[in-house]
Amino acid sequence: MNDMQIPHLNRLWLYVLCGLIVFFLIAPAFVIVPMSFSSSSQLRFPPSGFSLQWYERLFFDARWQSAMGVSGLVAMGTVLVATPLGTLAAYGLHQYKGMVSTLINVLIMSPIMLPVILIAIGTFFLYAKIGLLHSIVGLILAHSCLAIPFVMISVASGLTKFDMNLELAARIHGATRVQTFLRVTLPQLRMSIAAGALLSLVTSLDDVLISLFISGGSSTTLTKLMFSSMRDQIDPTISAISTCLIALAVIAITIARSIGVGERK
Amino acid sequence: MLAITLPAVLLVALLVLLPMSWLSWLSFVDESGAFTLENYTRIFVSGAYIPIIINTFIISFVVTLLVSVLGYPIAYLMAQSSPRVTSFLLTAVLLPYWTPVLVRTYGWMAILQRNGPLNEALLALGVVNAPVQFLYQTSGAVIGMTQIMLPYLIIPVYIALRGVDKDYLRAAAGLGASPTVAFIRIYLPLSLPGFAAGVLLVFILSIGFYVVPALMGGGRVTMIAMRIERSVMVFPNWGAASALAIVLLVATLVLLAISVKLARLGGNLR
Repeated sequence: MNDMQIPHLNRLWLYVLCGLIVFFLIAPAFVIVPMSFSSSSQLRFPPSGFSLQWYERLFFDARWQSAMGVSGLVAMGTVLVATPLGTLAAYGLHQYKGMVSTLINVLIMSPIMLPVILIAIGTFFLYAKIGLLHSIVGLILAHSCLAIPFVMISVASGLTKFDMNLELAARIHGATRVQTFLRVTLPQLRMSIAAGALLSLVTSLDDVLISLFISGGSSTTLTKLMFSSMRDQIDPTISAISTCLIALAVIAITIARSIGVGERK
Repeated sequence: MLAITLPAVLLVALLVLLPMSWLSWLSFVDESGAFTLENYTRIFVSGAYIPIIINTFIISFVVTLLVSVLGYPIAYLMAQSSPRVTSFLLTAVLLPYWTPVLVRTYGWMAILQRNGPLNEALLALGVVNAPVQFLYQTSGAVIGMTQIMLPYLIIPVYIALRGVDKDYLRAAAGLGASPTVAFIRIYLPLSLPGFAAGVLLVFILSIGFYVVPALMGGGRVTMIAMRIERSVMVFPNWGAASALAIVLLVATLVLLAISVKLARLGGNLR
């Protein structure tokens, strides 16, 4: 605390206000988790009775099983495509500054700057022509477009702390460019790359709109199934899958915080 | 070395740039392939689209206003507090940020429904006599969107506020300014460019929003993105869909250009 601080008592209102805003931020999670263990099919809070029936429904229903499988596969595929592509892009752009690299930067960032509906109808239009609709590969590639910017931001911020003279030293001692990158640069960037990979995973699991357009049939994603269940009627099975996704978010944040993402630098 | 950006560039060019150019071309031709402005005149002349566009901007404006008012104090407290408090607040902001949008929407649908916890609390407190219809109304969609957009404001504003040099505040205090005056005259103006960039980001994201208004609006709320979806999926009309998409694209690009200008301004002030 520095000498400039307004006394705590005088800013009590700020603490109360912020407490309410924090409550507002975590309220949905606060309601969903207990509801998923409810024994009633009514969407009531506080829930009446305890049961695992919605989890049973979730894990034994063929539609939900298939959707979880598809989304898991697509999310992993997205991590595997977006992480190397985003890392290479960040590395390439870090070394060259100029008109061309600015343009490339804008292009690669565009998927997260533009409204997702535009990407969704664009890929829908393209995939209908080239026969990638309702395919896992198509989903992975589309989700990768959304995820690469996050990997690039993460790795780029890692690169600003990396001393390029280390590369120079390796090169002087006879290492090739590729050797230098793999054995000197890459190990130093591993935390930023891991954070980027984690963000790719979360990005893929978060997407609704692109999946609504380009997934379907046996490639229906979890979010598409959730979306249609929520539109038709509020199915309590969604509480169960939502609780699983919240748990996944908590794990992801814990990992991200432990490798230093979003920490005070 | 720029060549190693090629895989990412190719992927984005193929999946985003190419279809987008195709759509812009589609918006200017009729069924026979001849040049026409009909798709655009329909948007601006027929009465069906203008209310949707206006509605989108009004909802986005209200959401942005709410997010700004609620987001700034949290970002401010995060920038001012001890590392432990900051870390707690950051977790409270990151948890919703990393939770899928659909999950949060579902949570809000449960909270806001007729016999949900919010109505029960309001009834128990005697604020209202009968349950209020929040869900399937503009108000429900606005509440949901506000919570979903908050992290997008808080994180950039927090980063901007962290960069404000505290020495200026000490100098103001040394010259006799009260903490409140120092905040209004020094801190607020210094944080303004970062704040404005966050506000614009929220507005840009809001005008393209689909999931929350589609689920929580219950058919009573139509925003541009929902109309585009309907034009494509319900009555395949690529001319109308693409023209509306281009309108949304141009609006987004204009706002982005303004936010880049603001970011430059912020850079110069430092």
